Order: sequence, then structure tokens, then C-alpha cells
Amino acid sequence: MTPHVPAATGQVWRKPPFIRNPWLRWALIIGALVYLVLALNSININPDRIARGMQRATRIFSAFLQPDFTSRWRDIQAGILESLTMTVVSTVAGVILSIPIGFGAARNLAPLPIYLFCRGIVTLSRTFQEVIIAIVFVVMFGFGPLAGVCTLTFATIGFLAKLLAEDIEEIDPAQMEAIRATGASFPQLISYAILPQVTPRLVGLSIYRFDINLRESAIVGIVGAGGIGSTLQTSFTRYDYDVSSAILIIIIILVMMTEVFSGVIRKRLQ
Amino acid sequence: MPVQSIQNSKIWQRYDHVTRLRHYAGWVASTIVVLICWQFISGATRWHFVLDAPEQLASFAGRMFPPEWAYMSQLWWPLWDTLNIATLGTLLGLILAFPISFLAARNTTPHFLIRSVALLIIVVSRSVNSLIWALLLVAILGPGLLAGIIAIALRSIGFIGKLFYESIEETSREPVEAIVATGASPFQVLSYSILPQVMPSFAGVSIFRWDINIREATVIGLVGAGGIGLNLNATVNALRWDQAGMIFIVIFGLVLMSEAVSAQVRKAII
Repeated sequence: MTPHVPAATGQVWRKPPFIRNPWLRWALIIGALVYLVLALNSININPDRIARGMQRATRIFSAFLQPDFTSRWRDIQAGILESLTMTVVSTVAGVILSIPIGFGAARNLAPLPIYLFCRGIVTLSRTFQEVIIAIVFVVMFGFGPLAGVCTLTFATIGFLAKLLAEDIEEIDPAQMEAIRATGASFPQLISYAILPQVTPRLVGLSIYRFDINLRESAIVGIVGAGGIGSTLQTSFTRYDYDVSSAILIIIIILVMMTEVFSGVIRKRLQ
Repeated sequence: MPVQSIQNSKIWQRYDHVTRLRHYAGWVASTIVVLICWQFISGATRWHFVLDAPEQLASFAGRMFPPEWAYMSQLWWPLWDTLNIATLGTLLGLILAFPISFLAARNTTPHFLIRSVALLIIVVSRSVNSLIWALLLVAILGPGLLAGIIAIALRSIGFIGKLFYESIEETSREPVEAIVATGASPFQVLSYSILPQVMPSFAGVSIFRWDINIREATVIGLVGAGGIGLNLNATVNALRWDQAGMIFIVIFGLVLMSEAVSAQVRKAII
């Protein structure tokens, strides 16, 4: 910046704009405004329906203040248990599978065909939202928690293998060379030079993924893949909002508990 | 002692006896937990449906390929809706999360009671998936884009708010003190010393959440909240897998595009 003397020249200092080039800045602003007008116009708002909905909203909110844990407790209990077991199994299976795929997706280790194959799996899994993957697995395995387990496992692979591969690509090559110089075989190279560098973060990410899987296990049930989601949706379609409220409160408490728990574990690891 | 003597020669080991035993016990215990969970899943699965999964997959793939390319002409409008749900939802979430994040950050919050309320909002919003928010809002507002936009916004508050307040807490003290020393009002302190420090991370977080929201917006139609998920639900219910295949291709393209855009923008910011 050139040093100005504001008093002498009459110039006033202004905050530098976020985007320096004025043409680009104005083009972006005008483009964004045009888009906003077009997008807002394409929302169809039905005031009549919303007015009727407001009545329902008051009923929903009053039901939410008095959650009903007892009348459907057996369904809720079964759903929660299913969600939790799905989360445990799919996280473990996902971590086990994502380690070889993560190694395969690291450019500095894998030959090109393996690299492309593993990257393909990762991209496929990351592109589609869990629920869409669940639809396919439900078609394959039928309704039930197995479809949910496969869905969450597949989603875990996309998440963990990608981050693991990026970690491996960034490791310190000096240690790899040192281990190679001792005449180590490839498995020894992995276990003595690479794993020690990536394991702490891998464990942290796996625990973080456990949280995500718990949250997702609550919704894959909407397409029939097991867990608490189907109970929740049934309670909504039956207008049993006090039951929905109970389920939501349980989900929120469970997620908060695992989040605190995993935070403690991750802090201890670092 | 991590040194063990075998046949009078001392051998270095990474852990001593007790630690190794403890690790071993930990592994056994977690294996048992996972096996019990798997037992539960497998008990809830109808295995004869699973055994014909390869046939199911083959017939599924056979019915999905070739996809019905002509169906694309009906998908432009839902595609535009999906983009709008994600973008407007992110914008609304951003507007709501912005003040909440300042109330939740330890160094800018007016009072610690307000801070805990803001943190509670963030946690509740994060624990509930956007699909569940959509279920709730479709019951209140009726099916349509509006429910989808608000559902996406409500879920985004927690994500954006959490990352925002963490970056506010990481700002350095000196610029704040320098601006305070000029006699600036609290609002001026915020806009001249804290905002410039957090702006790049705010922009990065917002574009990252937009990328995630595109993915979420493709499925919230499954519960009636607008977008391409509505078409997906209809084609799956009608078992028109050729049309569903076309939708999968469109979603794949949309998500790849959004990922490329967000990567470009983040590269330009950082």
C-alpha cells in the first residue's frame, strides 16, 4: 500500500474490497442479484397451505414440549438399538475396508490402474448421498438393517479412504527411504514407515466418522434400510408428534453423548 | 521394562508386559462388542433375500441400463429447483448462523448465558439431519421448495455456526486492542478488527457447506421437500429403473460440478 497523507490530499482511507478487480467484483454482484431474483421467483409459496400449516405447527410445538416416551417405547427401543448396532458394525467394517483402499488411492504408493480403481470407488461413494446408496442396497438385500450397514460402510469408505490417501500422499518421504535402505519388504515398509505417520489421524477420523454414522443411521430407515428412521417417519405420518419428539430428543442426546465422548478420546490421542 | 531378555540376549520391545496385556484385552473386548452387534444385525436380516443379491443386482443393472435419455427433458426444472434449494438454503443458513456464531464465540459473546443458548442451538441443529428437518417442515408448510430451503438452512446453522465461532475464537488479540485504542465502538471493533481476520475462513466454510448442501438437496425430495428427489421417489415407486438411472447420472454430474466450483472458489480465496 502506498502511504497516503489524508489531511494534505483530502483522501479518505477505505477498507480494501474483498475482490480487487472491479470488473470481476461488479459482474459477480450483478450475476448474484439476477440469480437471486430468478431463484426466489421460482419458489411456489402457497399462503393458504401455510396458514393451515400454522395451526398444525402449534400442535406440533405443543406436542414437542410434552414428549411421549412410553406409549411406543418398544418400537423406539428396537429402533435405537438397531441404529446403534448398525453404527458400530458399519464403522468397524468401513475402517477395515478403507485402509487398503486408502493405500490404493495414494498416488505415491499405488500403480496407476489400482490408483484409478480406488479413486473411482471413493468418488462414487462421495458423490451420492447416503439415502440414494441405501435405495440401491435395499433393492439388493431387501428391507432391513443389513442394507443400512452396507450403505454406511460404503459411505465410510468414501470419507476415510479419501482422507487417508491424502495423508499418505503428504507423509515424510525420508522415513520411507530409510526403511527401504534397510532392505525392508513392502509390508514392512507400510508397517514401519507409513502406518506410524498416519495412524493417529486415522484413529481420530474413525471416531469422528462414528459420530457421522450414528447421525446418518437415523435417516436411512426412511427408505427401509433399518434403524430409528422408519419409526420416526411412521410417527410423523400418523401425526403422533409427541412420539416423534421423544425420538428426536433421544437422537439429539445420543449424538451429543458420542460427540463429547469422541472429543475426549481424540484429545487424549493427540 | 520394555526390554525383554530371551536366551540371555536383551531384546527391545515397544511396550512392557502390562501395557501389552491391556491392549490385548481392549482388542478382545471390542471384537466381542462388534460380534454381538453383528449378531443383532444378522438376526434382523432375512438371509434368503440376501443370497439372491447377485441376481437382484444383475436384473437391477439390466433394467437401469440403458437409462432413458429422453427423460432428461423433464429433469431440467427439478435440477434448477435442487440448485435453488441448496443455494438459497445455504444463504438463509449463513444469515442465521452469522449472529449466532458471534454470540457463541468466547471472545465476542456478551454474556456466558447467551453463549450457552447459542451453543445449544448449534448442537441441536447439528444433531438433526436435514432429511429429518424436512420431514418436520413438510408437515408444517406442506410439500414444496420452501420446506426444503428451510430444512437445509436449519441444518446448515449448526455446521456453519460451529466452524465460524471456532475461527472467531482463533483471531489474534492485537488488532482488536489496536482498534479499541482508537476509541472505536464495539460494533466498529467487530467490523474493523475481527471481521477482516475471519472473512477468508467464513467464505471457505460457506462454499464448503454449499457443496454439501447440493448433495443433501438431491435427497430431501424423498420426503416431499422439492428438488430432484421428488422425481427419484416417483420413479423408484413406479419401478422405472431406466428413469432412475437417468436421475443418478444427473445427480452425479451435478455433484461433480459443485465440487469443482467449490474447489476453484476455495483455491481463489486461500
